[in-house]
Amino acid sequence: MAKGKIEIDIEMCKGCGLCLVACKFNVIKTARQGQVNKYGYRYTEVVHPDHCTGCGMCALMCPDSAITVWRSSSKI
Amino acid sequence: MSDIEMNKVAGRSPLWDHKPSPYCPGCGHGVVHRVICELIEEYNLDDNCVFMAPVGCSILAYTFLGLDVCQSAHGRTPAAATGIKRVRPETFVLAYQGDGDLASIGTAEIIHAANRGENITTIFVNNAVYGMTGGQMAPTTLPGQKATTCVDGRDAASGMGYPLRVCELLQNLDGATYLARTSVHTPANVIKTKQFIRKAFDVQLKRQGFSLVEVLTSCPVNWGMQPVEALDFVEQNMVPQYPLGEFKVDGACVTPKV
Amino acid sequence: MGQRVLMKGNEAIAEAAIRAGVQAYFGYPITPQNELIAYMSSHMPAQGRTFIQAESELAAINMVYGAAAAGVRAMTSSSGPGISLKQEGISFLVGAQLPAVIVNIMRGGPGLGNIASSQADYFQACKGGGHGDYHLVVYAPSTVQEAADLTVKAFEVADRYRNPVMILGDAVLGQMMEPVVMSEVTPNPPPKPWAVGGVRNGRKPNLINSLSLERGVVEEWNWIIKAKYDEIKKNELMVDRLHCEDADLILVAYGTTSRICREVLRQARAKGLKVGLIRPITLWPFPYEAIAQMARKTPEFLVVEMSLGQMIEDVQLALGGAAAVHFHGRPGGGIPDECDIMEIIDHVLVNKRAGKITTRGTVIDWKIS
Repeated sequence: MAKGKIEIDIEMCKGCGLCLVACKFNVIKTARQGQVNKYGYRYTEVVHPDHCTGCGMCALMCPDSAITVWRSSSKI
Repeated sequence: MSDIEMNKVAGRSPLWDHKPSPYCPGCGHGVVHRVICELIEEYNLDDNCVFMAPVGCSILAYTFLGLDVCQSAHGRTPAAATGIKRVRPETFVLAYQGDGDLASIGTAEIIHAANRGENITTIFVNNAVYGMTGGQMAPTTLPGQKATTCVDGRDAASGMGYPLRVCELLQNLDGATYLARTSVHTPANVIKTKQFIRKAFDVQLKRQGFSLVEVLTSCPVNWGMQPVEALDFVEQNMVPQYPLGEFKVDGACVTPKV
Repeated sequence: MGQRVLMKGNEAIAEAAIRAGVQAYFGYPITPQNELIAYMSSHMPAQGRTFIQAESELAAINMVYGAAAAGVRAMTSSSGPGISLKQEGISFLVGAQLPAVIVNIMRGGPGLGNIASSQADYFQACKGGGHGDYHLVVYAPSTVQEAADLTVKAFEVADRYRNPVMILGDAVLGQMMEPVVMSEVTPNPPPKPWAVGGVRNGRKPNLINSLSLERGVVEEWNWIIKAKYDEIKKNELMVDRLHCEDADLILVAYGTTSRICREVLRQARAKGLKVGLIRPITLWPFPYEAIAQMARKTPEFLVVEMSLGQMIEDVQLALGGAAAVHFHGRPGGGIPDECDIMEIIDHVLVNKRAGKITTRGTVIDWKIS
């Protein structure tokens, strides 16, 4: 069970990729070619949710407040 | 397996309407806005707060921020902020300015607001270029950096001027209480940014005078770079020119160290 | 009724503004209005109100903008060169629909000029020195009492229409001392629910702004501003007429020049010459109709200004060729002489334009060119 969880609001995301640099756990990736949101941006999406530690680095870097992060309070 | 409680640790502030900002992908403004919103929320300031929007890309902040906003003429943000704060001393006044607004046309206004010790908090977003108008040279443009009004690169020796270091310039003013420079190009620096802006907020809330935090940010479109590439430009080119750290704490000059 | 005191024009305007409830004054020294800022520097803090000697006239008008945005009565004062610096701020005040009072105590120009009196900022005040479609309500007092009364009125009109208002004086008015009775009326500014700052308590956030990139919005704002100006023209016009009913020649003058013309009128009438005087008190809105009406009975108009001729264009516009318009002006600090004005009146009314006028600054049958 992952320690953390993130959700990306793909309509707020502009696909800038700054979160990709911040994430050390390969949780997220740029959407496939042709996958765009309603504004035409090729957004970033969660691909390995099970890797997420809830560190929040992605959300720190996001200029669009597109990422919500949860972290479990469990000590495991 | 039992249900493990998940606590929300990051997300969109309620002060940020649920619509995309008008800024370019990878623009540093969004990060700084987010940090500011988090602090305003944390300190419960949104009910008596004015966000002073400058002329520059962030003039458009009003389209998605849920705060009282006063937009003023180019460079005059510190003067307009002074007008508001003097007549409404209980109102939290946050002046937000870019390179042109603060370091070019508005140099007199920022110096004198700091010199008088006006009890306002200024966030100065330094991205070494004029964004809104399409990428012209700014007083903060780096030597050799190309812009639409210095296509061969900024050449100080031929009269284009040197990069203007605002924190250093204001450091000698007795009226300035807190001055600091940070950046948002790494998560650690974003955390530092919030720390320094928090200290600036405290200065205003405790009526201790003038506070300013300069934040180095990227402008990928006008730098002609991808957003991630632009982060490297901040690290390798901007930080050496604009050292990070605190310049004045409690009214006393300090040597900046992050 | 308050006490009658002898006061300098500049100080009377300052005191009247304080009586009108001005909460914030921002200014910068410039002759010939320095007594105004000096008066404010001691009296405003004494009343617990805001005073700042700003770093420039530019900063001062922007401080006014901030204070007005926060919903208080705010003012600034200057002379020509400083008012030039304020033009951007004035345009922004109009665009953001903010009330404010701006005092211009005119001096000789253009450029640095001198510190003597002039009326060469008429175009700047009335035809807009700033950018965009806009007008200021412009009051032109001619006595210290009128300056005090119109200052109080200026704040009321500014608040009523959410538009900046100008008091257009000159060095003579600013420096002279005359008896004045100050207003005893308690100021009653209207509520300003559109202002920013202060505890919101559930109020939706307000926006003070003059920019919109959405199609059609700025055009709409302009129509709203125009509607305000139509109301102002209907309700706020002020003009004074003296002995115009039977006049063969009407003098047109405002401010200090109108005082000189009043003396000329007295001398002319004593000689049996039927002379009248129209004195616009609001320069904007301008009394086009009042002047046009006079042309039905009066064929000669003599405009006297301390300039190379600015208001005369509006007089010409009002008359539309229905009467002859003559001009006598003294620019750059010069003050019109009664003798010179009488000479022109004699030339027109007595000598029926025979012979030449040699007085500098005189144009018989003035035409725009």
